[in-house]
Amino acid sequence: MLSDKDRIFTNLYGLHDWRLAGARARGDWDGTAALLARGRDALIEEVKASGLRGRGGAGFPTGMKWSFMPKQSDGRPHYLVVNADESEPGTCKDRDILRHDPHKLIEGCLIAGLAMGAHVAYIYVRGEFYNEAARLQAAVDEAYDAGLIGRNACGSGFEFDVYVHRGAGAYICGEETALLESLEGKKGMPRLKPPFPAAVGLYGCPTTVNNVESIAVVPTILRRGAAWFSELGRPKNAGTKIFCISGHVNKPCNVEEELGIPLRELIERYAGGVRGGWDNLLAVIPGGSSVPVLPREICDTVLMDFDSLREVRSGLGTAAVIVMDKSTDIVKAIARLSQFYKHESCGQCTPCREGTGWLMRVMYRLVEGRAEPEEIDVLEQVTRQIEGHTICALGDAAAWPVQGLIRHFRPVIEQRIAQAKARPMSMAAE
Amino acid sequence: MTDQTDAGAEPFQPAHFVFDSESEVEISRVLARYPAGKQASAVLPLLYLVQRQMGRQTGSAWVPRVAMDEIARRLGMAPIRVYEVATFYTMFQLRPVGRFHLQVCTTTPCWLRGSDEIVAACRRTAGVGGFGETSSDGLFTMTEVECLGACVNAPILQVNDDFYEDLDGPRTEALIAALKRGEVPPPGSTIGRQTSAPEGGPQTLVGLTPAAAIPPAE
Repeated sequence: MLSDKDRIFTNLYGLHDWRLAGARARGDWDGTAALLARGRDALIEEVKASGLRGRGGAGFPTGMKWSFMPKQSDGRPHYLVVNADESEPGTCKDRDILRHDPHKLIEGCLIAGLAMGAHVAYIYVRGEFYNEAARLQAAVDEAYDAGLIGRNACGSGFEFDVYVHRGAGAYICGEETALLESLEGKKGMPRLKPPFPAAVGLYGCPTTVNNVESIAVVPTILRRGAAWFSELGRPKNAGTKIFCISGHVNKPCNVEEELGIPLRELIERYAGGVRGGWDNLLAVIPGGSSVPVLPREICDTVLMDFDSLREVRSGLGTAAVIVMDKSTDIVKAIARLSQFYKHESCGQCTPCREGTGWLMRVMYRLVEGRAEPEEIDVLEQVTRQIEGHTICALGDAAAWPVQGLIRHFRPVIEQRIAQAKARPMSMAAE
Repeated sequence: MTDQTDAGAEPFQPAHFVFDSESEVEISRVLARYPAGKQASAVLPLLYLVQRQMGRQTGSAWVPRVAMDEIARRLGMAPIRVYEVATFYTMFQLRPVGRFHLQVCTTTPCWLRGSDEIVAACRRTAGVGGFGETSSDGLFTMTEVECLGACVNAPILQVNDDFYEDLDGPRTEALIAALKRGEVPPPGSTIGRQTSAPEGGPQTLVGLTPAAAIPPAE
């Protein structure tokens, strides 16, 4: 169990002052100039050594991502873009960083900016977070006024600007290239890769897109050392993580814990347990809506980290734990996610544009059992035809929840179909 | 737009839109954020400014066609580029809405915590029959929205800019009744929770004074 002294987000719940004075009292902006003075290569090496993997869902090593930026500018500016378009159902961690610990993010932007030769950061905040974006902007203004960012950031001689940009209600803009399109003032439609953003990103310039949490943990990692961070968690799954525990638990909450904590311990220790007790658990979606659902028997023992969850054919994703007790209509819960992906498909690729609508329609028929048993296999096949056949991962994200449902809850669907068939015609017509 | 067929099809479209002085101040701030020649990046911020100004001036925060044309002119874009952005993103209202825009999240994490009750309560008390409808008094429009990103405080109802969290049917009714009386209750948890901490108070970070939260030098 993680102790408070090893928690990075010490104002996670907003119990203390979010402003600069409060942030400084919690250790932010302490000796930042000395951190910057370590220089670009040393900063990237330290982040690599810490084992930090991206906190936005894909889990790509952060230090390695930074190292993809050109070492020398060819005349084009470099950009850091922070993905604060938090929209993955179940996920609400970046919101707490934006509103309660905004200075950790801003300081992280400055350090990451220096490490990748970027003099400008854009923080792309989802549109619905109006109050959170206003809070962040106020913190940015404070940082400028105190000389922490701007022409001579922290007295380092490094010039660095931070701008807050609000999205406007499109889940797809959480995909990094769609985000860049959106930031350029276009519809949020993902770009083909390659070229990758590190070569051709925002305004055609080298760009790195990082999640809020990935950037906000960097100053603490540098202050306390890569070894401190990498000793937390499990091998290749280092450090702490903010978990969001929602759904049928007694006390839904956010909490920062070590990666690799057992799912059951996470739920029972921090979220007051499953409503009606652990035996009343039906299933858990462990990493935000895109990852496959897990039945109770896997939840009994699984650990909450990237590799452990991949082994059980799910994923850590954003570490958003959606808990469902036995009262849940699991088919409907997944059908609602299919509706979500249908709504959020940008429409660019045919398998996703047509496929998400098709999945949704079949899923809602299955909710009522209005289907033939063979259609379950057809549904599974269609998810395979969507998965991997689109420009971005939204197609995969739409396919996986349905695949997880069929893998673990096929008997529930079959029973639903059988019940519907057994119903007298007069009732079936109602 | 001056096209008469359009005006006929959408009689609510105004004939003119001019940014007011409050918006103009913001526009200069917004444009300073983007490099020279990249002012198209300001299209989302300017659409927001239109919607806000309409809210101030008419009580209905929406984006008329003429305003999109004005944005296109200001940013040197073809009008169609502004229209396609305005129609792509769900937060721009392209027809008038009520003074209070009730945005009910019904995605799975909210649904598990009873968002059906929130929808029902809005129907009962706000005078809206279904999603997309505006009450006859012009006070409320109810919209179904996808995940609002506050799932540990589900279910959520967003009213204009603010999230109301940890709702149930009766508290939703009380909220709407207050809005009708002209009161705007404080946003956030409606059961007195400390933001995303568990109900009853945090279990972590409790003994932490700000000074104690400074990591030891190593």
